[in-house]
Amino acid sequence: MADLTSNFIGIKSPNPFWLASAPPTDKEYNVRRAFQAGWGGVVWKTLGSEGPPVVNVNGPRYGAIWGADRRLLGLNNIELITDRPLEVNLREIKSVKRDWPDRAMIISLMVPCDEDSWRDILHRIEDTQADGVELNFGCPHGMAERGMGSAVGQVPEYIEMVTRWVKKHSRMPCIVKLTPNIADIRIPAAAAHRGGADAVSLINTINSITSVNLDSFSPEPMIDGKGTHGGYCGPAVRPIALNMVAEIARNPETRGLPISGIGGVTTWRDAAEFMALGAGNVQVCTAVMTYGFKIVSEMISGLSEYLDTKEMALSDLIGRATPNVTDWQFLNLNYVTKARIDPDACIGCGRCFAACEDTSHQAIVIKPGRVFEVIDEECVACNLCVNVCPVEDCITMVELPQGAMDLRTGKPVTEYANWTTHPNNPSAKVAAE
Amino acid sequence: MPNSPLTPGIVPGRLHASVYDANFDDHTQPLDRHEARVAADRCYFCYDAPCITACPTGIDIPLFIRQIATGTPDAAAKTILSANILGGMCARVCPTETLCEEACVREAAEGLPVEIGRLQRFATDGLQGRGVHPFTRAAQTGKSVAVVGAGPAGLACAHRLAMHGHDVVILDARPKPGGLNEFGIATYKSTNDFAQAEVEWLLQIGGIRIAQNSALGRDVTLADLQAAHDAVFLGMGLAGVNALRAPGEDKHGVRDAVDFIADLRQASDKSVLPVGRDVVVIGGGMTAVDAAVQSKLLGAENVTIVYRRGQGKMGASPYEQDHATSAGVRIVTNAAPIAVLGNGAVTEVEFAYTEEGPQGLTMGAQKFRLKADQVFKAIGQTLSGAPEGLAVEGGKIATSGAGRTSIPGIWAGGDCAIGGDDLTVTAVAQGRDAAEDIHASLMGV
Repeated sequence: MADLTSNFIGIKSPNPFWLASAPPTDKEYNVRRAFQAGWGGVVWKTLGSEGPPVVNVNGPRYGAIWGADRRLLGLNNIELITDRPLEVNLREIKSVKRDWPDRAMIISLMVPCDEDSWRDILHRIEDTQADGVELNFGCPHGMAERGMGSAVGQVPEYIEMVTRWVKKHSRMPCIVKLTPNIADIRIPAAAAHRGGADAVSLINTINSITSVNLDSFSPEPMIDGKGTHGGYCGPAVRPIALNMVAEIARNPETRGLPISGIGGVTTWRDAAEFMALGAGNVQVCTAVMTYGFKIVSEMISGLSEYLDTKEMALSDLIGRATPNVTDWQFLNLNYVTKARIDPDACIGCGRCFAACEDTSHQAIVIKPGRVFEVIDEECVACNLCVNVCPVEDCITMVELPQGAMDLRTGKPVTEYANWTTHPNNPSAKVAAE
Repeated sequence: MPNSPLTPGIVPGRLHASVYDANFDDHTQPLDRHEARVAADRCYFCYDAPCITACPTGIDIPLFIRQIATGTPDAAAKTILSANILGGMCARVCPTETLCEEACVREAAEGLPVEIGRLQRFATDGLQGRGVHPFTRAAQTGKSVAVVGAGPAGLACAHRLAMHGHDVVILDARPKPGGLNEFGIATYKSTNDFAQAEVEWLLQIGGIRIAQNSALGRDVTLADLQAAHDAVFLGMGLAGVNALRAPGEDKHGVRDAVDFIADLRQASDKSVLPVGRDVVVIGGGMTAVDAAVQSKLLGAENVTIVYRRGQGKMGASPYEQDHATSAGVRIVTNAAPIAVLGNGAVTEVEFAYTEEGPQGLTMGAQKFRLKADQVFKAIGQTLSGAPEGLAVEGGKIATSGAGRTSIPGIWAGGDCAIGGDDLTVTAVAQGRDAAEDIHASLMGV
C-alpha cells in the first residue's frame, strides 16, 4: 500500500486529505470524529475577532442542485464564519491538537482589514499549537459586505498587504485562501505570493443562486420570502476549480507556490486530478457534508491503489499533468482524429446522430437496422458524440497517423504545427509557404 | 373456512377469507412520485425511438417520459392519451415486455428496460384520478356514426369521432361497457373497477351514447344501422370460442376460460367463486395464463397449463409464463388433449405428446393423463355473428386501409377484424385510425 504521508509547506499529515474550513470543522466534537475516521488534517472553521460572535440566519442556510435520484450535485450556503465565541474555539483547537499531534491543524482566520486586528488574532492563536493559518479571503457572502472575506480577496493589493502583516506577526505557515469570484485567478495568487504566503488554497465558493421557487418566486435557499447569493460548491464546481489550480501552477509568476486544492473533491480520483494539476494536497467539504466522514476510507484506499498501480510516490503525482496544460494557440492543429462507433457496443439510442445532425456537422449516418456510422468526410472530431453516448467506450476518437489521408480536408496528416504559424493567423510568427 | 385447497371437486372458499384481497390486488404496484422521477431519468430520449415504433398506437414515449422527469405528469398524460385514449388501461394490460420495453435500448444494453408501462400509468392515473379530461369536442358536424361494441376498438373509435364533432351511438351486447377491458383480463391487472372509471372518463368528451344489451344480429341489424347513421364501425370482438374437438368435452367441469375470467372480474367477493382442486388449462396464450394463475389464487391445489406446441410458440410471453410458474402453475408443452374422461363430471384428461414436423403438428404415440376436476378451454376465440355480406378472411372481417370493410360506409377494427394481434393496444390503434378515416370520408377532407 502506497505511503500517503503528506508534507505540505512543512505541515505533516498521514494523508493529503484535509477537511476544509466549513461547518464540518466548526467544533471539537466534529473534528475528533473526523480524525477518528482517518482525515489527515483540518482547517478549523474561520475564527473572527474577539467580541460578540456573528449571527447566522435561523432559516435554511443551504440550497442544492440534485440529480433525478436526489444525488447531490451542487450545494450552496449562506453560512458565515464561526458563530461561537473565540475563546471556546481556541480551547477546543488546543485540546484536539494535543490529542492528535500527527494530524494537521490549520486555523482559518478572518478579521477586519487593519494590522492591529490581524496582530491581535495571531497573538491569540499562538498558544493552540496549531500548525498553520489559512487567511479566508474567499467567503462571498455576509462577511464581504463588512469588508472581509472576498472583499479582500477581490483586491490584490489588500491580499498582499494582509499576507505581509500575517507573516510579520506570526512564524506560522500561512495559506491564503482565494475566491474564484474574480476575472483572473493568477492575479490574487501572485499578490499572495508577493505578500509572502507559504501557499494558496482554492477555490472558495462561487456566488450562486441554486434555484428559484416558481410558486413563491423566491430564490433558494429562501429566508422569509427572500434569498441572497450563497457560495456554490460540490461536484458541480470541480471543473472550475481544476482550471484555476492549473492556471496558478503553470503561471511563471507563481510557479512552485504550493497549492491546496479545493472544489468538489468527492472521491480519490478527484483528489488525484487536483494533485496531478499541481495541488500539494486537497481539502474536502461538500462530500463529507453529503456522505459523512467515512468517505476518507475510500479516498485513502483508492489513491493508494492508484499510486501502487502506477508505481508512483505521492510526490511524483503532484504536478505531473501541469506541463500538459497549455494555451490554445500551442495545440497541434495537425492532430487529426475521427469518431469510431463500435457497432457491437452500440445500443441504438441514436443520441450521437441527433447531436451531430441537429447541432454539429452532419457526420453520422443511420444505416438500416439502426446502425450508426461516422462519415469521415464530415467528421471534425469534435467529440460531442462521445460525450452524449450513454455507453462508455462505444464511440472513441481514433487518431490518424501522419501521412494518412484526412478525407474531410483531402490532405494527408502532417507533423506538429499550431496557430502561431498558421497561414490564417494575421500575426503568424513564421510566414506561410 | 369450510374448504381447503385439498377439498375435492369444484368448490368456493378454499382459502381464508382474508387472503383474497391480497391475491387479487394490483399485480404491478404503481410508482410514487420519486420512483417515477428516477425511472424517468433512465430514459435516453432516443432519436427516432424504437419504443415508439414498437407501440401499436405510436405514443411519443420519450416525450412523455421527459415530461414526467421535468415534473409535468399531466402534460405526459396528454401526450399519451392523444395517441391512445385508453392509455390508462394499456399501461396496465399491455405486454410491454414484447412491445415498447422489448424495444427499449436499455433492454439491449442491460436487460433492464425503462419501465415505460409503469411510467405511463403514473402519468395517466394522475390526470384520470382527478377526473380531468384533457380534450374538447369540435363543433358538431351533424353526422352520426354507429359503433358496434364498447370494447377498446369501439371506445377508441367513438372518442375520436366525438372529438371531431360527430354524434356517436355505441351498441354493446353486454350489460356493462368496456368489452374485454371489463370482462376479459385478469383481475389483478386492473383493480378498483378501473375499466368502468375509464369509460366514464372517456365519455366526458360528450356526444357519445351507449346502448347496453344491444347485440348486432339479435337486437339490431346492420341494415338498421346503415339506414340510421352516416357510417358504421364494427368492433364487436370475438364472441365465439374454439372447441377442443376431443371426446368428452361436454362433461361437467369443462368450461371456457373466458367465462371463468369474466366471472372473476365481476365478482366483488372472490371467496364465493368455485374452483377445482386439480385444474387443467388447455391453451398457450394470455387467456390460458390468466385462467391458470387465477385458479391458483382462488386456492386450487394443482394447476397445469397444457399447450400443444413448443414453449417458444406460446402466445403468452416469457414474462407471462414466469408469472404463471411463480404463482405455482405447471406448464406442459408439446401435448394435445385426446379425451376428457369421467363419469358425467371430468376426472381426468388424456393427452398425447405432439411432434412438429413438415406436415404440421402430429400426435405421437406417447400418452399421459392428468387428474382434473375442472378443465378450462383457452384455445382461442372466433368471430361469431358477423353480418351477412361482409367479406371474411382467415376467420376475421376483411379490411383494407384504415379498417374499411368490403361494404362502403362500414369500417371494422379490433379483434373481429384482420391485422391486429388481439391486444387492447392494437384494438385502440385500429379504432382510432378507422375514426380518422371515417371523419375524412364524412367531411370530404
